[in-house]
This record gives sequence, structure tokens and C-alpha cells, in this order.
Amino acid sequence: MAHEKLSMAQALNQALRDAMRADERVLMFGEDVGALGGVFRITDGLTAEFGEDRCFDTPLAEAGIVGMAVGLAMNGMRPVVEMQFDAFGYPAFEQVVSHVAKMRNRTRGKVTLPMVIRMPYAGGIGGVEHHCDSSESYYAHTPGLTVVAPSTVSDAYTLLRRAIEFPDPVIFMEPKKLYWAKEEVELSAGEPGIGTAVVRREGTDATLIAYGPSVPIAMEAAEAAAAEGRSLQVVDLRSIVPFDDETVCAAVRSTGRAVVVAEASGFASVSSEIVARVTERCFHSLAAPIRRVTGFDIPYPPPKLERHQLPGVDRILDAVDSLQWEDS
Amino acid sequence: MTTVEEQLLPSAEPVQLVDEHGGRHDSPQYGMPAPEALVDGYSQLVQGRRINDQASALVRQGRLAVYPSSHGQEACQIAATMVLGEQDWLFPTYRDTVSIISRGVDPIETLTLLRGDWHSGYDPYEHNVAPQATPLATQLLHAVGVAHAARLKGEDTVVMALCGDGATSEGDFHEALNFAAVFKAPVVFFIQNNEYAISVPLARQTIAPSLAHKGIGYGVPGERVDGNDLAALLAVLGSAVGKARAGEGPQLIEAHTYRVQAHTNADDATRYRNDAEVTPWLERDPLKRLDAYLSGEGLLNDEQRAEAAAKADKIAEDLRVGLMQEVSPDPAELFAHLYATPTPQLKEQAEFLQDELSREEA
Ligand SMILES: Cc1ncc(C[n+]2csc(CCOP(=O)(O)OP(=O)(O)O)c2C)c(N)n1
Repeated sequence: MAHEKLSMAQALNQALRDAMRADERVLMFGEDVGALGGVFRITDGLTAEFGEDRCFDTPLAEAGIVGMAVGLAMNGMRPVVEMQFDAFGYPAFEQVVSHVAKMRNRTRGKVTLPMVIRMPYAGGIGGVEHHCDSSESYYAHTPGLTVVAPSTVSDAYTLLRRAIEFPDPVIFMEPKKLYWAKEEVELSAGEPGIGTAVVRREGTDATLIAYGPSVPIAMEAAEAAAAEGRSLQVVDLRSIVPFDDETVCAAVRSTGRAVVVAEASGFASVSSEIVARVTERCFHSLAAPIRRVTGFDIPYPPPKLERHQLPGVDRILDAVDSLQWEDS
Repeated sequence: MTTVEEQLLPSAEPVQLVDEHGGRHDSPQYGMPAPEALVDGYSQLVQGRRINDQASALVRQGRLAVYPSSHGQEACQIAATMVLGEQDWLFPTYRDTVSIISRGVDPIETLTLLRGDWHSGYDPYEHNVAPQATPLATQLLHAVGVAHAARLKGEDTVVMALCGDGATSEGDFHEALNFAAVFKAPVVFFIQNNEYAISVPLARQTIAPSLAHKGIGYGVPGERVDGNDLAALLAVLGSAVGKARAGEGPQLIEAHTYRVQAHTNADDATRYRNDAEVTPWLERDPLKRLDAYLSGEGLLNDEQRAEAAAKADKIAEDLRVGLMQEVSPDPAELFAHLYATPTPQLKEQAEFLQDELSREEA
């Protein structure tokens, strides 16, 4: 496809469209995904093109949406469902944890569930309560789920195409703050595959490890650090489960210092996991303990206070400064 | 002889006491509320309308992050609180701002959530109003809990639990009805069926004959009422509250109304409905209708109208002035309300933020 300036929302829409064109088994459903095109317009125009049987509004019931997707997938369809907002995925949590995640295991591989649960997630948009949760750790903690979070327009397209083709259920976390960011992109359904991290920026002094909405912040921090003469490398996980130990560890070994950046609360989180595994694997290459810059361990704040919760450039640079540099 | 099923069945048509032209309709079952109640209700409707319109204007001016308006549904909002006693409880949703204010909660405190300073701006115990629930139908189970506790404590309390048509599809709605029935909890479940859950019409939520019919399977009596008719709402909700208070267990009321405006300012309603559908509903406006009825009965004169308008002006002015003020909530509060005793980690994080803020200032 030709180079185009697209937003992440448009790229996701295109991914759904192309996947539905490519495979008749792909169905898209959820709340307000039909005529309205989703509250973020990710499903815009799909009902018009594919009809009510392939992109449709359900009754308002998240457990129902995910539970029905389980049955559809069992019977040969490829359901893609939308949870309207991160925190409204919780009514479906029982279905996700007890059934979506465990079906293959329970049935010794007889029943598999190729399905995608799309979820606008995280904050930074001034949303009121229950609209800005970072719930990836709940899903990442649940064996059987694959969890991805794109940070660029082009990855959003590719990862969603790959997720829809994936043989197992994928929790697809869409950083809603990045929906409207535009990029000139060439859309490809090929690489990256799920489970591969990428070095977004080369650097030699320390490695920033981020995913989803935190990647652009990490890039900004690296830019600012460069102005002060410090060379920061940025790794974008893209895929939280499976975790790309190889890319991440190679990156950390090359610099010997690392900071993990994530919006979610830090306690018992994906960011804790990253620190643990990187420490286990790279201990002898580390010049300093790995630091984390995460949200505080509090419920996501109201809009007027959210800037205090979100990891920002200054906090990242301070964390980098604390990595036991010889000259400081 | 009436069977149990018949006792549980709602009336065939929504109960109406005043038609859309202001004409009186007598019902065999429900009497016309007292004139004073209707005149008071009129005044509150005028205020409710002004609150809705003023709050919507404040969204456009960037003073409120968002406002889900109940314009056109004010009769439901007002009646829901008018039938409650002081000891009773109200369990509202995001759309029920007018109901909360009508219950006596400070208007600015009510709007704190939507302004973005804090997740709930008022003390629930001050007026027995639960925090506004955003996750759908979840509050209905809490309402059952409050009602059950009241019974255990021997209190004479009824709980009014509000939700929309869309919320009736959620599992929590069904669990709440069942629990309330099994425990004979004094809860009035009040569904404001405004025909839409964001973009999805009622036909996509259910094919049941009505939402009030949903009570039957749980053994909960249902009733349907014209949601734009304040008189009928007061009569039907009043009767339901009376039955719940008398120990007859939960009641399910469905009001038929319409969301004349978009879901919120972030919604584009032209994508899923057209003017031809909306216009007739404007004619059924609860305010116009009550005005016509009361005027016809000689119960409302220009002086009373002016008085109601003046009260509404005052509230609108208070909202404008109050919400014009720049507020900067205290970041320290972020850590203040998680545990009775903050964990050492939270104390550390609070100090970290304080330190960061003082460096920012310096
Ligand atoms: C559990 C849950 N899922 C989704 C949402 C997003 N959402 C907010 S309001 C709404 C529509 C609710 O419709 P209805 O219950 O009819 O109430 P109304 O808005 O019409 O008053 C939706 C889907 C939510 N708040 N909670």
C-alpha cells in the first residue's frame, strides 16, 4: 500500500476492514460499533461495507459479548470484539480469565479460541472515572492470554492484522491517547509478528523500556537527554505476552543501565515483571539497579490531577540520573 | 381471580394521568397527585431544565469536561426524588445530575465529577445519595445491599435505584433484581427507558414486551409509566415506594421517555437517528405538558411561573459563577483516601510527588 498520512484510529479501522475483506469468518461486534462506528470510530463504515451480520451492536453486556465470542470462535468464526473502555472490560473478566484464557488448556488443545478483544486503554485524555485504566497487568498475569499494545500507527495496523490471524485469544490494548496521532506510513500485514520488541532509538548510555502510550514519552525523554549529552536507547515492547527477552536483554546489555516506563501502577505489575526478568538475565551486565517510572499505586485520578499520575519526561530523566553514573 | 403472574404484570399501556396536550386521564389504579405536589413539581422541572441547559453550555465553554444531559427526562429525575423521604436513599447514574440536585445536594458539588476535580464531589451520607455510577448496572446491587441492611437494622428506608434501558442487559441488573426479591429488599428499581444506549436502540437490547416485564421471572412486580408525565410518575413511583416501605419487597418501574439530545457532547447522534424521530418527542415535553394541565385547572398563574423561573435563574447563575472559578485540586489528596493507614509505599510516593511539585515551583 502507498505511503499515506494516517492516524492510529484510521489504521486500526483499515486493519479491521482488510481483515474482514480477507476472511469471511472475521466478525466485529460490541457496543456502539455499528451505526456510530464505535465511540472512537475504530469501526467506522464496517457495517455499511460488510452488513449487519459481520459488524453489529450487541445488547449492553460485556460478559455477554466476550462469552458469545467464545462460542463463535469454538464454532469456526474469528470474532473481534470491542470493550468500549478499559474499565468496562471488568464485567467480562470472569469470561476472560475462566474461559477465554483456559479453553485450550482445559481441552488439551482440542478447542482453541482465535479471537481478539480490542480495548481502548490508559489515560492522558482528560477522561472521567473508569475511562483511563491501564489494565494490562491483569491480563498479562493470566496464563493463556496474549497481550499486545502498539505505540505507532504502522504497528497498530500490523499487530491487529496479526492478532486477528493469531491462533489464540489476543488482548489488544489500544493507547487511546495515541488514536489521533498521525504518521506517514506504509501498511503491512507482515512484520512485526506478535512477540517481537523493537529498538525505536539507538543509544549507548542507558535503555528505556516502554510500551503503548509510554513509548512517545520515552522517545521525548531520549531526545531531551541527547540535548544534555546523554545517549538513551528506547525499546518498544509492542508485545507484552509473549515477552521478547532476546531483544530487551540485548538492548540492556549493550548499555548496562535501564529504566522501565509504564503508565499503570507499579506494584505487582508488568513493569515489575520486566525488572525481574531483565535482572535475572542481565545481572552481570548491569551497572546499576533497574529503575521504574510508573503511575502511583492509586486509582486513576480525576482529569484535573491526572498529570501527576502519568510518567513524564522529567521523571524519566531523573530516574536515568539516578543510575549510579561514575561522573555524578 | 388474578394469578401470581397477573399480579406481577405491568399495565398494558404506560400509565398516563396527563396527556401530551395537558388533558386529564383518569386511571382506575392511580389517583391524581395533590395540586401542591404538582405545582412544586412544576417549579422543580423548570429548575431541572435550566440545570441541564446551563451545564451543557458550560461544556461548550470548556468549564465541564462532559455532561450527559437529561433534557426531556426531567420529569423522571424530579419524580424519583420527590417520592422519597429523608431517610430514603437515591442510587443515581452519570445522567441523573438533576435528580441529585433535586435531592438537595449542592449543584457545584454534584458537578465536581464532570468538571474533573474528583470522582465524587459530595458526601453520600449527607443526603443519602450514592456516588454517581458510571459502570452500568453495578450500583443496583449496592442499592440492594443498602436496603437489606436497612431492614436488618429495622430502619424504615426505601432505596430508589436508577438505571437506563441499556443497563438492563447487564448481568448485574438481573442479579440485583433476583437478590432484592429473595431478600425482600425495599428497593424501587427505576428504569428510565429513553430508547437509546448511546447509539443502540431498545430493539437491540431486548425483545421483551417491555422492560417492566423483566420483573416477572424474579417475582418482582413491574409497572410502566409515561416518563414525560410528572403526575403519572409521582403516582406510580409513589405507590411503588409505599409498597416497598410496607414490606412488599422490590418494585420495578419502567418510564417511557426519550433522550432528546446526544448521549454526551462527544456523541454524534445524527449517525444513528434522524430529526423525524426526535421531533415528535419534543412535542411530548414534560414541562410544556404540565404547564398546560396546571393552567387548564387554574392551578398555575404567571406569578408562580415567574417565581419558578427566578429560582431557575438563580441556580443557573450559581452554576455559571461557581464553575467559572478555576479550581486546582490538591495533588496530596491522590494518596489520602486509599487506606485507613497509608502503606509505607504510598507515603513514599506522596513525598516523591510533593518534592517534585516544590521543585516545579522553585
Ligand atoms: C459496564 C459498562 N459498559 C459500557 C459503558 C459505556 N457506556 C456509558 S453510557 C452507555 C449507554 C448506557 O445506556 P442506558 O443504560 O440506556 O442509559 P442512558 O445513557 O440512556 O441514560 C454506555 C455503553 C459503561 N459505562 N459501563
